[in-house]
Amino acid sequence: MNENVQLLLDSVVPLAVGAVTGTIPLALASFALGLALALVVALMRLSKNRVVSGIARFYVSVIRGTPLLVQLFVIFYGMPSIGITIDPWPSAIAAFSLNVGGYAAEIIRAAILSVPKGQWEAAYTIGMSPATTLRRVILPQAARVSVPPLSNTFISLVKDTSLASLILVTEMFRVAQQIAAFSTEFMLVYLEAALLYWIICLALSGGQARLEKRLDRYVAH
Amino acid sequence: MSPTDHAAPAEAATLLTARGIRKSFGDHEVLRGIDFSVRRGDVVTLIGPSGSGKTTVLRALNGLETPDGGELAFDGGPTIDFSRPVSKGDRIAMRDRSAMVFQHHNLFPHMTVLENVVEGPIRVQRVPKAEAIAAAEALLDRVGLAEKRDQYPFQLSGGQQQRVGIVRALALKPDLLLFDEPTSALDPELVGEVLHVIKELADEGWTMVVVTHELAFARQAADEVLFMDGGVIVERGAPRDIFTNPREERTRRFLDRILRPLD
Repeated sequence: MNENVQLLLDSVVPLAVGAVTGTIPLALASFALGLALALVVALMRLSKNRVVSGIARFYVSVIRGTPLLVQLFVIFYGMPSIGITIDPWPSAIAAFSLNVGGYAAEIIRAAILSVPKGQWEAAYTIGMSPATTLRRVILPQAARVSVPPLSNTFISLVKDTSLASLILVTEMFRVAQQIAAFSTEFMLVYLEAALLYWIICLALSGGQARLEKRLDRYVAH
Repeated sequence: MSPTDHAAPAEAATLLTARGIRKSFGDHEVLRGIDFSVRRGDVVTLIGPSGSGKTTVLRALNGLETPDGGELAFDGGPTIDFSRPVSKGDRIAMRDRSAMVFQHHNLFPHMTVLENVVEGPIRVQRVPKAEAIAAAEALLDRVGLAEKRDQYPFQLSGGQQQRVGIVRALALKPDLLLFDEPTSALDPELVGEVLHVIKELADEGWTMVVVTHELAFARQAADEVLFMDGGVIVERGAPRDIFTNPREERTRRFLDRILRPLD
């Protein structure tokens, strides 16, 4: 028993380092890039141009219709076959961003559509361009609606980054695998990793609640 | 705050002329050739049954609807021929001439009252911030909402929201104010405070086109009443002529229905 406690204590620091230098930056970078991509794809989906919206629709369909692990492997293990070799980290960020882009695009599209048409009209009649209307009037209102589903996407992403261990990215789960293999205490180490993921996600849920409250300040309750 | 450039000469100049405005939605022809003009300082009211096309006319005046044909000419420009595609420049120029007050106010819910009012002047017209805020505060004070400046629209009553909607339009200093059934969505006891503000603006000399079901308002405030039905202007004239002496059968029937609903 004593040895187990010692192992837990010894492993928590490397696991936390794995989270801080691997899991968290990987999730943050992928989410930021994925959101930017999602906004572009959402606007493309809403375009009246059939070709533009078709491209966006195709992208979303491919991303949602294929496993994330397969996407990750295509980029890291597949691309070298056609002469493009990408390092583990950029591969992971690319795969996760593309994945978030597909899912979040649908969330953002729905959120934009949820803003009443009268808001576009009011902005138009005070002389705003479509781009300004989107930035000043539509997206701030769409943001409120999309925080809960986007939070889900982000929390899923944090956990999905564990897949990056399979393409040699040293994030928290890869560290856990190494410790487990070395100590052979698989149950203990993997439960410890699970606990750390859970703590990160709890913190994110707390952040979500605060953000929702802040964005709800202009809505009647 | 009276619109000084509206100071009407003895023979008021025409601000806006609409000729042969036509519009269809799919197979349904909502406007079948609308002709009218608005003189500076005049209040023109559009009345008529639902579906008569009066709101579509109003929305065409600032580009929320694009007619399929006809012409819209503003004194001082632009003149737009709808048989051709409307250029972006013309669209912007047309929008600059007017401001709209909506039936459902369409205030920006995520902005405070003051932010709603200064958004257009600051973001679009590039008025210096301090100047825009001072002007907005003066306008809010006029309609009795100075102390509401930092509240969000949801914290106001329907009548207050609509008064903010009017102030947002006024802050743009348009040549023409457009009102789309500004009191139809309000509880009956709140209608008066909004009509009162509109009447005051009319008395000050603002040029306006008002789509309304409030016949008493049309009677008191309008210089000209246009009665629309089935996509055409059936009858037009001074309110006392239209209301006491309608020449057309359709006008008479409409007025009867509104004024004596139980007969």
